[in-house]
Amino acid sequence: MSSPAPAEKLTKKQLKADKPTWCPGCGDFSVLASFFNIVQKLEIPHEKIVCVSGIGCSSRFPYFVNSHGIHFIHGRALPLATGISLSRPDLHVFVFGGDGDGYSIGGNHLTHAARKNVNLSYVVMDNQVYGLTKNQTSPTTPIGRKSKTDPRGAIDRPINPMAQLVASGATFIARTHTTQIKHMDEMFERAILHPGFAVVETLSECSMFYPGAFDAGNPRKGGRFELVDEQSRNMESTAEAMTLAEETETDFPGKFGVYLECKRPTKNDLERAWIDDERARVGDTSDRDLMRERFDAMR
Amino acid sequence: MANSTASATPDTLKNAVIRLAGYSQDGIQSVGAFLAQLAGSTASEVMTYMTIPATISGGASIFQVHLGSGEVLHPGDQADMLVAFYQDSYDNHLDSLRTGGICIYDSDQVEKVLDERGITHIGVPFTSATIEALGGSAKNRGKNIFVLGMLCAIYELDREKMSAIIAKKFGGKSEGVLRNAMIAFDTGYAWPIQSIQHMPMAPGESKGKKRISADGNTMLALGLIAGGCRYGAAYPITPWTSIMELLRSEFPKYGGSFIQCEDELAAVCMAIGMSYAGHLAVTGSSGPGLALKSEALGYASMAEIPLVVVNVQRGGPSTGLPTSVEQSDLMQAIYGSHGDAPRVVLAPRSVKDCFYTAVRACQIAKEYSTPVIILSDQAIATRIEAFTEPDLDKWWVDYELDQSEKGPEFKPYPLEKMTRHSPPGSPSTEGKYPVVTGLEHDEWGHPSGNPKNHAAMTAKRREKLIKLSHSLPAPSFHGDYEGDLLFVGWGSTYGPVKEATQALRDKGYKIGCMHIHNLHPLRAGLGDIFGRYRHVLVPEMNDSGVYGYGQLATLLRAKLCDPRIQSFNKTEGLGFRVVELVDEAEKILAV
Repeated sequence: MSSPAPAEKLTKKQLKADKPTWCPGCGDFSVLASFFNIVQKLEIPHEKIVCVSGIGCSSRFPYFVNSHGIHFIHGRALPLATGISLSRPDLHVFVFGGDGDGYSIGGNHLTHAARKNVNLSYVVMDNQVYGLTKNQTSPTTPIGRKSKTDPRGAIDRPINPMAQLVASGATFIARTHTTQIKHMDEMFERAILHPGFAVVETLSECSMFYPGAFDAGNPRKGGRFELVDEQSRNMESTAEAMTLAEETETDFPGKFGVYLECKRPTKNDLERAWIDDERARVGDTSDRDLMRERFDAMR
Repeated sequence: MANSTASATPDTLKNAVIRLAGYSQDGIQSVGAFLAQLAGSTASEVMTYMTIPATISGGASIFQVHLGSGEVLHPGDQADMLVAFYQDSYDNHLDSLRTGGICIYDSDQVEKVLDERGITHIGVPFTSATIEALGGSAKNRGKNIFVLGMLCAIYELDREKMSAIIAKKFGGKSEGVLRNAMIAFDTGYAWPIQSIQHMPMAPGESKGKKRISADGNTMLALGLIAGGCRYGAAYPITPWTSIMELLRSEFPKYGGSFIQCEDELAAVCMAIGMSYAGHLAVTGSSGPGLALKSEALGYASMAEIPLVVVNVQRGGPSTGLPTSVEQSDLMQAIYGSHGDAPRVVLAPRSVKDCFYTAVRACQIAKEYSTPVIILSDQAIATRIEAFTEPDLDKWWVDYELDQSEKGPEFKPYPLEKMTRHSPPGSPSTEGKYPVVTGLEHDEWGHPSGNPKNHAAMTAKRREKLIKLSHSLPAPSFHGDYEGDLLFVGWGSTYGPVKEATQALRDKGYKIGCMHIHNLHPLRAGLGDIFGRYRHVLVPEMNDSGVYGYGQLATLLRAKLCDPRIQSFNKTEGLGFRVVELVDEAEKILAV
């Protein structure tokens, strides 16, 4: 979202609402902390913040933020947020959800929000497991991992969210790890400032049902947190982004940072341009008289 | 029933039913539309009826026009005139002509058969006459306009006005197109038909009011705009689609937009997002699409989001009869979701009524913070009627986005008051902002599974509909206020039911007919009226079901515990004919 209007700087206290219901050690706490950091830093007016979510542990997010919020049905946060963003371009629309909500039941909407380049920020807290329903296989669960729905180990190939986002036409795609708060802050800040559909995939461990899932990306657990080298890359190249995306499969955890950052007209701008054009053509005619003219043509 | 012998004066017709039968690519729909538009601009009443095949192009198709100088209530049981373009149109539709009717057929295409019902056959070479008039390559083009010219001459319709309508229609296209249309029209108009007299239509009475003609989907779309709706989202499905097409191009003129979505689920969710954001939004579909929207509808009910949902009903479950009429989504509209999810259901009864129903749906959705479903149907959606232009000074709702500051007392879900959301962008004096949710919540919007709270919130969502039921206008009523039989109808059966009522009264029975506009909640006190009749008959275009009652009849029996409520059902994908209703009523009255 480009150039947020200056406002009185919010404090963390002002941004906090209900106490999070997440389990101790859940990666989602860090996402919440990081979100507070960036909203404060960017001085987004309090009343202009809207938090949108679907269903799942991470989708409880709006209750924990003192802002306008809407907790919606499973998998449909993106079309809901699209409706908010397109009809209210003055708002800063944030969507929060998990891998099941965003990549499985809501997979279709992800593709279409990306191709439409709707102006909003989408944070996926990917824990590679269904947590709220207590340990079933998710669309990103790796092959072989045992769960209640795959007692002999997952057999379906997991989806590659990064590759899917590249293919769908998202204009800002980033990837981070909830143990790396500074990096997460940077990714959120850039996502919020990006005009268009911005997705941040955060590897957020489920401490209850899939502990250790992302140790490979956590140096403190012996993993590597390797950054995308933005200087030597063409950040607008979908081919290069796709190559990086494939690394997350072949050489997990792959690299962290911005995979793709390109400019394309947003759906918001295109719709607005049409409206402005029509309004200019209509001129001073009131809405009611416009309808009267329409009736005249039907006589 | 249309009856051309009931003349206004010895020399003029009060009404005429003309059936055009051909293939959809011949433009017979546009002949009907031209006649309807002429009727609209000449103070006549008109109602059209069409069938289209559920295929991309081609296929047999009919367009029936009922012209009248008085009230026209239905498309006509039987045709006074059949215009047959092909052999199969002739073979399949000759039976639709009344005894003594007129059949005009394309003598280049049709072999007539001997008919014993006193039908006047007139062969006119539509094809070769048009080719000759327009020059070699015309082939099938222009036949429809040729026929239009012929009909204008036979019924002595206003030739100048019709020429103007044609000029307006084709004016935007190339000069040749308009020239050809005018040549075809004039050729048809001048075509010598010796075997019948001209049958001039009696003029209608406009009473100084402006009149327009349109189909139901158009009026529904315009009603939404008049009701203050500026945003919406949907997915295409017959016969809903033309509403979304119109809104897509109309909303931007009024400062809004309409979004085509990837699926029905996205569509309803996007519309909920727009409504949550402070605009009253619309989504719509036809039966199968409404089924897909069910979960989100439950959410809108739980979260108390104002939303207008249009369902243009078609036939059958599943893909069913996509281009035919039925009234079998009533239960789905009222109950189709999970949990107790109250919502409002309204049904327009005519094209004109589509406009007013849409405005009222917008008003109710906002006033009661609830989803409102408009149950239209394929017959109303596609047919054209002429009627008095709606009075916008009375029916216009100014569009507004409420961004007022919310004080410390603000609760998103107050138990004692109607829910009024604080859309994003509204500041809060205390800095506390509301969360709108589908989880059961307390008055402040916090999730709450407390048993007493759930009972209280469930009652809150129910009670506001009960409050609405006490403020609803009385259903429209015609005929005798007590007596032998009461018809209770809804939706597009209005015309035939009203006419059947009159036909039965003419035969000496004491008959009333009530048409229910507000299907859910029903108006309080409805049952008092039922008690004044010996029989209550509910004609519906849906199945009699396992227990022997149609969908509205089932609801009325459940609500009123009145065993006299009987069903009369039809599931042919066609509307009721007046004669069917009269026969059924007489069968019951004979007992």
